[in-house]
Amino acid sequence: MRVALQVTCVNDAMFPDTGKAVVRLLRHLGVDVDFPSAQTCCGQPMVNTGYLDEAVPVVRTFVRAFAGYDAVVTPSGSCAGSARHQHSIVAERSGDPALVAAVAETGPRTYELSEFLVDVLGVTDVGAYFPHRVTYHPTCHSLRMLGVGDRPQRLLEQVRGIELVDLPMAEECCGFGGTFALKNADTSIAMGADKARHVRDTGAEVLVAGDNSCLMHIGGMLSRQRAGVRVVHLAEILASTEES
Amino acid sequence: MSGTFVGMPAFPTAARAALGDTQLRRNLAHATQTIRDKRALVVAEVEDWEDLRLAGAGVKEAALRDLATHLETLEASLTRAGATVHWARDAAEACAIVASITHAHGADEVAKVKSMATAEIGLNEALEAEGIAAWETDLAELIVQLGDDLPSHILVPAIHRNRAEIREIFQRRMGDVGKAAPADLSDEPAVLAGAAREHLREKFLRAKVAVSGANFAVADTGTLVVVESEGNGRMCLTLPEVLVSVVGIEKVVATWADLDPMLRLLPRSSTGERMNPYTSTWSGVSPGDGPQEVHVVLLDNGRTRALADDVGRQALRCIRCSACLNVCPVYERVGGHAYGSVYPGPIGAILNPLLNGVSDEQTASLPYASSLCGACFEVCPVRIDIPSVLVDQRAAVVDSHRNDRVPSAEALAMKATAWAFSDSRRLAWAERASGIAGRVITRFSRTTLPGGRAASGRLPGPAAGWTGARDLPAPPAESFREWWDRTDGGQR
Repeated sequence: MRVALQVTCVNDAMFPDTGKAVVRLLRHLGVDVDFPSAQTCCGQPMVNTGYLDEAVPVVRTFVRAFAGYDAVVTPSGSCAGSARHQHSIVAERSGDPALVAAVAETGPRTYELSEFLVDVLGVTDVGAYFPHRVTYHPTCHSLRMLGVGDRPQRLLEQVRGIELVDLPMAEECCGFGGTFALKNADTSIAMGADKARHVRDTGAEVLVAGDNSCLMHIGGMLSRQRAGVRVVHLAEILASTEES
Repeated sequence: MSGTFVGMPAFPTAARAALGDTQLRRNLAHATQTIRDKRALVVAEVEDWEDLRLAGAGVKEAALRDLATHLETLEASLTRAGATVHWARDAAEACAIVASITHAHGADEVAKVKSMATAEIGLNEALEAEGIAAWETDLAELIVQLGDDLPSHILVPAIHRNRAEIREIFQRRMGDVGKAAPADLSDEPAVLAGAAREHLREKFLRAKVAVSGANFAVADTGTLVVVESEGNGRMCLTLPEVLVSVVGIEKVVATWADLDPMLRLLPRSSTGERMNPYTSTWSGVSPGDGPQEVHVVLLDNGRTRALADDVGRQALRCIRCSACLNVCPVYERVGGHAYGSVYPGPIGAILNPLLNGVSDEQTASLPYASSLCGACFEVCPVRIDIPSVLVDQRAAVVDSHRNDRVPSAEALAMKATAWAFSDSRRLAWAERASGIAGRVITRFSRTTLPGGRAASGRLPGPAAGWTGARDLPAPPAESFREWWDRTDGGQR
């Protein structure tokens, strides 16, 4: 099976450790993962702000970079959701039948990390070790666009040493929302403040999620509040071992 | 008289003001949580809920696909049953029709059944200008009207008020427009409802003309349907001599049997009840029983505009249940007034631009009033994919500015970002620049994230929107791409 990592633009530029963790994790599970260097971004920032024409060349770059792979794995529910559910909108807009065909072919091969581990590889115990009190925030796009369900929790439950605690009102949006966080900063912060409060109420040391963009928002607030809670991407917990 | 939304600022500004209202935040959080929990309970007990949603969406979709035919059938059925059918292209035409019917009967007041269509067209204000008083008889609409207030929710328009505020409004205002509230009025819900009952009874018994909307209009039988909880609607629908119903053209369903899924979906989704207490249906005039003169005003007011929108058309399936408002994290925090329309919340954020276009700044701000979390789509009983329509309407906003002589800063930033994202070499170059910035920030920053990573605290300029309340991690010295190249994917 030829597997490509779609690291995402946010992780590439801001959170390279998450990408490295996915590489380590997949190799550990016997998957020879490749990083097609022609990749850039899924195009979601443009699409979700209404700039569909601008997204066309970005989506074109995406499908070219990942052509020929059996599976595209991404540590982001939001970017997987974009590839699976929004690329078709952009392709239709381009009026290019070849792009329409290409996104229809690439979308279904794109998996969010927990989907790939549980559904494609069939594993829930990845041999990880993470001796901390952790609470999990299910990000909106992983939950409602992709329907990852409890796959991330099933993976986390098998991590040795972990103490998983439930997050109150877990399924409520954290308020990030891409450019929403800037265009409606006040509302975004009001939502984030409630999410941060729920995180603090759990007494967890670590907040985990499958999307670093949401974690950057919640973590940025927790840091400003000196809450003493660290945010960590799911991939990094799953790639942690006793040696590391 | 209640006010109007004309002149409201764009959403971000209105939201900022609302977010600072602590009483409003408390009232909304409590009310939406209560109604969300009730809905979740009664939806969970329906085994085939997802099938029912599909059926509901199917009924409305079928009606919309052949709307012209169904409307003509409805007109014929209504006329046969003794009703007079009027067609109104817009708000002004609809209001003029209602005023002229009222004048024809020499009446200077009408009793009103809660109706979104009449709120949308500003009927009360239009009638007032014609010397006709319109009395709202739904309890929550009465609270809004007496308080010179604006509705903030589709189903419970006074959701932003608590009972202490309602007591104060009743005591201060009821006497000005009819039977006064008792001097010893308490804020017990039953006592407040009792005062409203006394106040309204006078209006019911006196009114010659009633005005309603309709939840559904059945084409084959010529039947209008009103679904309500209080029975006040039924008083208006049965006691006066003349009944005028203003009905959006999207309310039509083809057959009586089509009501089956709709009447099961609506109460569970809206009030969180298995069945609503009062369902009134009437087909034209019944001799010797109820209003002997029945008018139906079929209202377009932008609906054909929405119908012509391939993606947005589905918004016309809306049955005004409000489930999307109650579950929306944005609505819960800012309330309904910030949307500047009688249709607030997620459905308002798509319906207003679809009905009116996006040429004014306030309406154009609405599709962006969402984090696209998707909770609204999940609860919508007629499966309106609100997030997709929001994105499509955002595209409509952007497209409406494509020929601007001076492009906005946002448009320039998006074009630049798209340019960088169209070729990985450009992105790699940008990441090298950001890596250098990261090294500088790491060296000089006094802020560290838990775990030790350097971060930026408050920054001025365009970064202030983010860093006003959130620390921003410093960019790493090396991007993932650079790491992969340097180490051959970690193998060196």
